[in-house]
Amino acid sequence: MTFDDFLQAFFSWEILEQAWPILWAGFLNTLVLSAVVVPLGFIGGVILALLSTLRSRWVRWPLIAWVDLFRSLPPLVLLVFVYAGLPFAGLEVSPLTAVAIGFFLNTGAYYGEILRAGIESVPHGQTEAARSTGLTALQALGHVVLPQAVRNVLPDLISNTLEVVKLTSIASVVALPELLFQARQAQSVTYNATPIMAAAVIYFVLLWPVVRLLSRLENRQMAGRR
Amino acid sequence: MPGPILEARGLHKHFGHLHVLKGVDLLVQERELVFVIGPSGSGKSTLLRCLNRLEEPSAGSITVDGIDLLDRRTDINKARQRIGMVFQSFNLYPHMTALGNVALALRKVQGRGRAEAEARAREALDRVHLADRAGHYPGQLSGGQQQRVAIARAIALEPRVMLFDEPTSALDPELVGGVLAAMRELRESGMTMVVVSHEMGFARAAADRVIFMDGGRIVEQGPPAAIFGAPQEERTRAFIGQIERNHA
Repeated sequence: MTFDDFLQAFFSWEILEQAWPILWAGFLNTLVLSAVVVPLGFIGGVILALLSTLRSRWVRWPLIAWVDLFRSLPPLVLLVFVYAGLPFAGLEVSPLTAVAIGFFLNTGAYYGEILRAGIESVPHGQTEAARSTGLTALQALGHVVLPQAVRNVLPDLISNTLEVVKLTSIASVVALPELLFQARQAQSVTYNATPIMAAAVIYFVLLWPVVRLLSRLENRQMAGRR
Repeated sequence: MPGPILEARGLHKHFGHLHVLKGVDLLVQERELVFVIGPSGSGKSTLLRCLNRLEEPSAGSITVDGIDLLDRRTDINKARQRIGMVFQSFNLYPHMTALGNVALALRKVQGRGRAEAEARAREALDRVHLADRAGHYPGQLSGGQQQRVAIARAIALEPRVMLFDEPTSALDPELVGGVLAAMRELRESGMTMVVVSHEMGFARAAADRVIFMDGGRIVEQGPPAAIFGAPQEERTRAFIGQIERNHA
């Protein structure tokens, strides 16, 4: 393979121009998908974290089982099960619904564990002070504990969000036309690797600023813990 | 004389196998300042924390300002506005300014609008001489200032009784004075106070009554001069001797 062949296979401007509309549509779909699954997973996480503050064993054990299950299952397996398995039970779901359900279950479990750690990092005296002024348990959680909890685990939350956005690429297996799926389409039509290369660059450009931000936050937290 | 503003009868508290309160009766009159002293593990903090139900008593009754605190039908969140509490470790909300700390319950519990809540919060901060620190976060305040903000947070709700749980024991010695001064002014304004603390000087000067607790029971009580000067019980004598040696 000559150098020119290499350039032609991975960095062809001509191919990129042809593939760009398809890639762009895929990029927009990836953004929309992220805008759906990140809040959905986060809400799932908040629900799990709130449940974990209840002391009752009737909540505790099912909760542990739930979180363990969805942290153990590979997200790809979960997604394929929801999309290709549930129809055998008479439950047909669209690709987007399947992805939404899968992410709600999988990333919800991760966000939930992070938020639980955050809640546990807030001293109990904070809740007592809030309750002593007449705030209800829920108000104390919402106004006093959760804001501090989120701040304490912000780097972990961002890190998980980064993983979730990257993980949206598995939606390609259920033919949801997000960035990776579109790049594969363009690659098979053009018989050239440039679209895949372009997709990788787009992911990088999208996520690298978040990675930088995360590093800065982590460094600042380390400095704060001196 | 009107009835007591706070009346606790036959309080028991178990933590698992530990029997921490073994039948405590406590009556506090309006405008009275009651000091509770005793060795660690004597149950004095638990007693205080039962008085606003931060701890659930295992048995007994508590009435504050005519409200039966342990009745199922009592709205405890409403009742707690009448019982202010100040903690050893201040427990200010670190993500809110001093003003935000004081205004939170005024807004969320008493349902006041932002402007009114903040005006009342400023008044409360002014009473502890920290009006000029309203915009500061707890991390930007000294321990003594934080504790005074915590006092403001409690008095802003216009409680009928204030509970102090070792309010100065987490403070550097030079910062104690400011907190005690704030408590003294509160006392002079007629606030009913129950104070768990070993600040003997303050107790002598300001307390109406001193209660000595040991082993989950009230061993002895009386005016400060009697308890500190001529304690009747051997355990009281030993404890006060110990405290005085430590402070000498």
